[in-house]
Amino acid sequence: MQLQKVVEVKGLTASFDDKEVLSDVSFSANKGEVTVILGGSGSGKTTVLRHLLGLLTLHQGQISVLGKDIGTLTEDEQRDLYLKLGVFYQSGALLNSLTVGENVGLPLVQHSRIPRELIEEIVTMKLGLVNLEYAYHLYPSQLSGGMLKRAALARAIAMDPPLLFCDEPGAGLDPVSLESLDHLILNLKSLLGMSVVLVTHEVASIMRVADRVVFLEEGKTVFEGSLEKALKSEEPGVKAFFSVLKTQKDKNL
Amino acid sequence: MKRKKKEKPVQFISNDGKHSYRYEGNTLHLNGQLKLVESGRLARNVLRKLSALNPSSLTLNLDRLEDIDSSGVMALHFVKDKLSEKGTHVEVEGGSEEVRKKMELFGHKAIEKVTRPPHRSYPEVLGAQVQRFFLTYAYGFLLLAANVFYWSLADLFNTKSRRKGEFVNQAVLIGVNASLIVLFMSFVIGLVLAMHSSGQLRLFGANIFIVDLTVIAVMSQMGPLITAILVAGRSGSAIAAEIATMKVTAELDALKTMGLDPIRFVVVPKLYAALLTMPFLIIIANVSGIFGGGVAAYVYLDITPEIFINRMRDVMQGKDLLTAFVKSQVYASIIVLTGTFYGFRVAHSAEGVGKVTTIAVVVSISLVILADSILGLIFY
Ligand SMILES: Nc1ncnc2c1ncn2[C@@H]1O[C@H](COP(=O)(O)OP(=O)(O)O)[C@@H](O)[C@H]1O
Ligand SMILES: [Mg+2]
Repeated sequence: MQLQKVVEVKGLTASFDDKEVLSDVSFSANKGEVTVILGGSGSGKTTVLRHLLGLLTLHQGQISVLGKDIGTLTEDEQRDLYLKLGVFYQSGALLNSLTVGENVGLPLVQHSRIPRELIEEIVTMKLGLVNLEYAYHLYPSQLSGGMLKRAALARAIAMDPPLLFCDEPGAGLDPVSLESLDHLILNLKSLLGMSVVLVTHEVASIMRVADRVVFLEEGKTVFEGSLEKALKSEEPGVKAFFSVLKTQKDKNL
Repeated sequence: MKRKKKEKPVQFISNDGKHSYRYEGNTLHLNGQLKLVESGRLARNVLRKLSALNPSSLTLNLDRLEDIDSSGVMALHFVKDKLSEKGTHVEVEGGSEEVRKKMELFGHKAIEKVTRPPHRSYPEVLGAQVQRFFLTYAYGFLLLAANVFYWSLADLFNTKSRRKGEFVNQAVLIGVNASLIVLFMSFVIGLVLAMHSSGQLRLFGANIFIVDLTVIAVMSQMGPLITAILVAGRSGSAIAAEIATMKVTAELDALKTMGLDPIRFVVVPKLYAALLTMPFLIIIANVSGIFGGGVAAYVYLDITPEIFINRMRDVMQGKDLLTAFVKSQVYASIIVLTGTFYGFRVAHSAEGVGKVTTIAVVVSISLVILADSILGLIFY
């Protein structure tokens, strides 16, 4: 199997108001793999993601997504690239003036010629994948936090994107929903060959889905490699993070 | 195979050439990929052609299908359902293991459409609206007013429970910061008012009455009203937005669980500030409005400042001061209460903040004008 890079970041440095938030971040994500970006709150994970999506202007460093150099894209190229990306925002970011079903169907309605009736069925199926069919006609303001997350994920995968970005999809979900969400991600990966870049803190989730781990600490990449290597890493931050697992095991003994 | 006779093969080729259909002997062979673009074509054009032919049985053969996505799977089911409805017996056969797996992932359960809640009839909606107006708006507003006034009186001398520095802060925001715009706007309106009247008055040789006209119009109507409208636009909206944002971000809940009543902590200081600063703003508006009128009188009717001030003494009454004060207190209360009321009514989404802010401004300006006409009748 050839390992193709869907995301490649080299020397990304970024600052807000003279405060350096990312310094020389470099990592890559392979095709057909789940790459997990780890790190404490405020370590710059969301900022990295926003750079990958071209939502923040790239000042220093090089980023390529699906083989496209983010720094030099024209507007049209950027839009074509967006059609191949699914994005799950930390806050959900569903449009409040549309129902959940309309939210999920929006990209399909806008970007394809599929008849309405079939779109409604596709949307219902997509909502079914996250167990949320019953929320079709509800508005986002009528959903709970966990339901919002699932609806947002359904929207992110509406177009079967080859590359999916998720910013903390697990936060605020119960363990059972989290597990089914992880299975969904694994299914999407194995069946659609979807590549996933995932920001998460949930250790259980990482153990289930991660192929590759990137660890950020105060805006620097301190570790990058496979999950097995991460578990054995001697890097203090990484070690501390996964030591949670060891204490869990100790309890079992 | 019931019929051995070869039917005329029907073939469509999709534009991008990534997919084609061959229809032959009651079997539709799908070749290439079936994704977003091809699904649209399958569910529209191909389905239309198949429906026209209306075969008694149909097999969808997936053996040559190379790639499929979720919309493709759904499109296959869609075609199957549509034709079944018309009495065609449809079967799906073949397909690689991968295709089969995807069929299972995306179509494992029969899709049950969730029906939209039914629309209510017009009289029903109207009735519900009227009921809502009285129960929610009128009742809720009075309840809030009672609550706020109670605490503003109860806390008046209770310095301990007060939020430190908040009153001064709000007085600056609501009052001091508004003074320049009030000053300028009133001057302009006083000037323009007198300017337009001067022509008419000169016709009658009633030049001196420009003083009466300016003073009465500004003191009893223009000054208080302009001030109230400006404050409603500046601070009414700010109050609604602030409280709505606090509610959306659960700050109000946090205050409550810390044992702090949002009304006492957030609203009462604003009411104090508005009640205290509004009279001064109205005084500023009156003085600069009359000054504007004086300038116009001097320029257009040659009425010197001396004459103007002498005449003004005769026109002004002590009652006017009382009127202005009462108005200031009523308007200030209306603006703060309306802003607060709509702020608390925000639905828990960020979009709601903008909505309630707009409504708060429109409603408070309307209420101020309404109150102005009622007070005008009382103090006439
Ligand atoms: N728009 C912004 N303006 C200023 N600082 C920001 C902004 N967004 C993020 N930051 C800062 O950048 C750092 C990293 O933030 P973020 O990428 O959101 O962290 P994470 O997602 O890892 O929790 C934080 O210190 C945060 O304060
Ligand atoms: Mg974040």
